[in-house]
Amino acid sequence: MMRSEQEVLPAVEESVNTHAIEISGGKRDGPAVILRDLHKSFGSQIVLDGIDLTVENGETLAVLGRSGTGKSVLLKLIIGLQKPNSGSISIHGQEISTLQLDALNEIRKKMGFLFQQAALYDSLTVEQNVAFPLTRHTNMTEPEQRDRVKELLAEVGMEGNLKKMPSDLSGGMQKRVGLARALALDPGILLLDEPTAGLDPITSGEIDELILKLQAEHAMASIVVTHDLQSAKTIADRLALLHKGKVQIEGSFKQLEESDNAFVAEFLKRDY
Amino acid sequence: MNPNVRTPHQWNSLDAGQVAESSPSILIFVWSVLNQFLEWFGNLGLFAWQVMRAAVRRTFEGRELIRQLDEIGSKSLPLVALAGAAIGAVLSLESRSSLVRFGAKSMLPAALVYSIIHETGPIVTGLVVSGRVGAGIGAELGSMKVTEQIDAIEASGVNPYKFLAFTRIVACILMLPLLTLAADFCGVLFGWVAETLVEPVSFLRFINQGFVGTTFSDFLAPTLRTAVFGLIIGMIGCFQGMRTRGGTAGVGFSATSSVVLSSLFVILADVILVKFILVFFS
Repeated sequence: MMRSEQEVLPAVEESVNTHAIEISGGKRDGPAVILRDLHKSFGSQIVLDGIDLTVENGETLAVLGRSGTGKSVLLKLIIGLQKPNSGSISIHGQEISTLQLDALNEIRKKMGFLFQQAALYDSLTVEQNVAFPLTRHTNMTEPEQRDRVKELLAEVGMEGNLKKMPSDLSGGMQKRVGLARALALDPGILLLDEPTAGLDPITSGEIDELILKLQAEHAMASIVVTHDLQSAKTIADRLALLHKGKVQIEGSFKQLEESDNAFVAEFLKRDY
Repeated sequence: MNPNVRTPHQWNSLDAGQVAESSPSILIFVWSVLNQFLEWFGNLGLFAWQVMRAAVRRTFEGRELIRQLDEIGSKSLPLVALAGAAIGAVLSLESRSSLVRFGAKSMLPAALVYSIIHETGPIVTGLVVSGRVGAGIGAELGSMKVTEQIDAIEASGVNPYKFLAFTRIVACILMLPLLTLAADFCGVLFGWVAETLVEPVSFLRFINQGFVGTTFSDFLAPTLRTAVFGLIIGMIGCFQGMRTRGGTAGVGFSATSSVVLSSLFVILADVILVKFILVFFS
């Protein structure tokens, strides 16, 4: 879909989380993520059909949509786990869709990714999981790494679980550890794939609060893929609704509610 | 004549007709299998290329390599030693009756040692390790793939071909010859135990008789042959694991196919390498 066909609501700029931007102090110029005319298909199945999105530094964008509309694929394209068929992906002004692996890995270090099932490494302890990016991408000594891991786990409320294995943790605890690992290199961009999926409402609320707290402290640009409208409403400054491979609408939650788009109305009615 | 009963002539004509009708579908089936086979080989080649490219990149992953040496080597040692011991004992008992029949009982130690170091030790080690390690690698990497752990490694800027595949393949290549030596040792030791239970003989005498005429090259070529088995087991296990699709069923398939394919290719490589060794080292 061309950008002109996309319903972009006028008050988007106002909805950006101003608190987060104050913390980042506008250190980085330009948007954190820019997607332009992004297409992705698997065989004959078209998943993304011309996506245009921009995420500013310190802003949180929630990507909503029905199952199978390519929300998770969108995140994997942004972090370079999949290649787009065509279109442009710019991270802090650098086009990544044509980068070689080494250069792409440098960009990946600036991004944190929380996977849907947390994707903690089974064979490693909580401490080793969180230290994984530190051991590979920093020159920290072991005591320094240990201190950093403790600090990160304390941030997500998981201090005292250093030696536990991922299989000993509940779903919510795994998500917290996954968040700590995603934050290990102090990324400028945080990608969250269904952060509250499979969690009870109370734990979901706790994860939402944690994400809000981390956004405020770290001033990251965040893209959250979710089915959970309550969660999206809580943590996102702006929402984008995907349907049939295109962005149907983007704007604040209030603007989505006020939209006369039939699909948007049905989506909000059914899921909220 | 009963119309349901066919004469031999009718059977023949029916079979010919059926074959004629079904031959296009048979051809399609054969082409499909051949196509899948070639596609699998092509993908294996691409995978091997990715691993080789990853191997020359920075970050040695020494800690992970040591962990894999322990997983693949140390933890396979009891099973390999047991298999070697069993084969040594059985060979000793089986060979004894044959050699006694031909009046060549004194040749038993030499026959046993020659058989174990040249063929039985290496192939038994290869097959035992392909069962234990091949299944382990296939299942572990398969479950990592379906739970997005491999994606998580890649997303954190670490090359999974280096961290997961290269370390396991190198560990297999390094450990197989050492495990083979352990299997050889246990085979000879328990061959002596089996022999001495029937007719007591000192271990020193058994060894002296067994290693008469044996040179270092008798050990070297067959033992190093197992490094190729290690390459096959590691490469196929990692390849099957990292291409897993379809949840737990896919993990099961990866584990099974890793064992089946690595065992098959170990046997094929054994045949080829034995011929190679006979030509170039004898």
